[in-house]
Amino acid sequence: MLFIDPHVHMTSRTTDDYEAMRNAGVVAVIEPAFWMGQPRTQVGTFQDYYSHLIGFERFRASQFGIKHYCTIGLNSKEANNEALAEEVMELLPLFVYKEGVVGVGEIGYDDQTAAEDKYYRLQLELAKEANLPVQIHTPHRDKKKGTLRSMEVALEHGLEPSMVIVDHNNEETVQDVLDRGFWAAFTIYPHTKMGNERMTEIVKQYGPERIIINSAADWGISDPLAVPKTAQLMLERGISAEAVQLVAYQNALVAFGQSGQMPESDWLTASAIDQSQKFSGNSILRGGQTPKVETDSSIIR
Amino acid sequence: MPVEAYQPFLLELLLPQLSEGGQAWIRKQLTAEPSDQVFYLAFTGAPRFVGKLPLRVTTKQVAEANRLRTGFNPQNWTADQLARTALLLQALPASPHDLTARLDRLFSTADLGELVALYAALPLLPHPQIHVKRAAEGVRTTMTAVFDAIALRNPYPHDYLSEEAWNQLVLKAVFNARPLHQIYGLEERRNAPLARILFDYAHERWAAGRTLTPEVWRLVGPYLTDDHRADMQRLLRSDNLLEAQAAALALTESNTSWATELLNQHPVARQINEPEVVSWQSIGESAYAS
Ligand SMILES: [Zn+2]
Repeated sequence: MLFIDPHVHMTSRTTDDYEAMRNAGVVAVIEPAFWMGQPRTQVGTFQDYYSHLIGFERFRASQFGIKHYCTIGLNSKEANNEALAEEVMELLPLFVYKEGVVGVGEIGYDDQTAAEDKYYRLQLELAKEANLPVQIHTPHRDKKKGTLRSMEVALEHGLEPSMVIVDHNNEETVQDVLDRGFWAAFTIYPHTKMGNERMTEIVKQYGPERIIINSAADWGISDPLAVPKTAQLMLERGISAEAVQLVAYQNALVAFGQSGQMPESDWLTASAIDQSQKFSGNSILRGGQTPKVETDSSIIR
Repeated sequence: MPVEAYQPFLLELLLPQLSEGGQAWIRKQLTAEPSDQVFYLAFTGAPRFVGKLPLRVTTKQVAEANRLRTGFNPQNWTADQLARTALLLQALPASPHDLTARLDRLFSTADLGELVALYAALPLLPHPQIHVKRAAEGVRTTMTAVFDAIALRNPYPHDYLSEEAWNQLVLKAVFNARPLHQIYGLEERRNAPLARILFDYAHERWAAGRTLTPEVWRLVGPYLTDDHRADMQRLLRSDNLLEAQAAALALTESNTSWATELLNQHPVARQINEPEVVSWQSIGESAYAS
């Protein structure tokens, strides 16, 4: 079975993770632009971060047979530094249409402040103008209200619910999101967000339609194999292979595929891994390491 | 030629090669209310709307391009590249200061396709002197496609780079096996220091048992001295016919006392009397093809 992890912060992961993901069947990932664990103080660091997402990280993933896409946006936490946020907003039109960008994200509310609201709305307008999907981060605190508000504001700005992926759902929010026609994404993240047993129950109860799972693996204690592991558990617990394929692959493909930038052919006809390739003259290999060069293009072995 | 004069030509070249959707998109962008957001979205998003196919450029169109801007040659361009150039020229800030700011922003956030478009568009931009550093920066790139955009079929380096920067460009093209005959103005900007460096480099290659492109000998003819006699002799006797032809052609440009003598000794010299058979162009094309 092939998997897509449509929310994973690969810049903070190691090459071991890429290798393990690929071996587990992950063929494509989407990396939303987020914060770095501490607030940035300069617009230049945002610029380099975005450039890294569309540049070297994309290349790094390709060296392990994984197609890397990203969503570009100003995250809610850093929207609270208004002077900086203004400068970042000027930067975004230069990045949302770069190759491999499949949406605006992850944006939304964190503390649900006025500044967060302002930049969330401006970015919804940008997504609408660019006709790109939106990846919404919903808050940890006061989640239910924040989730409802995220959707209301998106509708107020005239976005189609089918173009909006609402992330980090739980048992309390899923019904509202599905009722309104949005995509409901779930982050399988140890301890804080959602465990995969709970996730299995949700799919049993609500079915697989418009439900998407992801790992949101980042620089915290998280699991980049959350998608294949959860898929495995679902199969073991009697969920049909068709349903698992929808939540762990197909729905993400349809939702983000609306950008026109993520055709399945990207990985189904992908060329074989060649680690002797370089990006801007830079290789993932270090002195003395032997490149892995594949002669056929099958992804799982 | 004012910049506005290029636009009708660029669009005439571009539009027939686009789908209806692509045509409508570019027309809409070119007539849109100009704002930074509209421009940046259009410039970066061009491949999504007009595709990335190579352009078909007729001989007549190549001539027209050259008439508008001497040396301008969009033969190897792609549809998105041409669209980006048209968008860039449409929304040019007037002052050198604002133009620099816009280019800084575009270059610093550019991906590969954008860098190629930007460097290849340099000869069409106003205030040419302010782009000299940028062009030299392009020569230092590690990405072949970007290097080619600035170095090949681009008149900007010939027109504006200092001798030092120009020599860097040529040497880098030699090192990276890029086709020298596609460098605009290659012969006009030959110079003695470059010829000396090329001979040194050739000795280095020979000492290591390696060869180098015969195109380098195009750059040494007028600068040959008595010190080079043995080298030229060696080249004329080369098993590589292109190398021998190149040496012979170089000697025809030399006013040293021994040039004619060497040419008379070697049968290859007879070939070079037929320019339709042997020329720097034919040597370059054959060398690059093999
Ligand atoms: Zn995240």
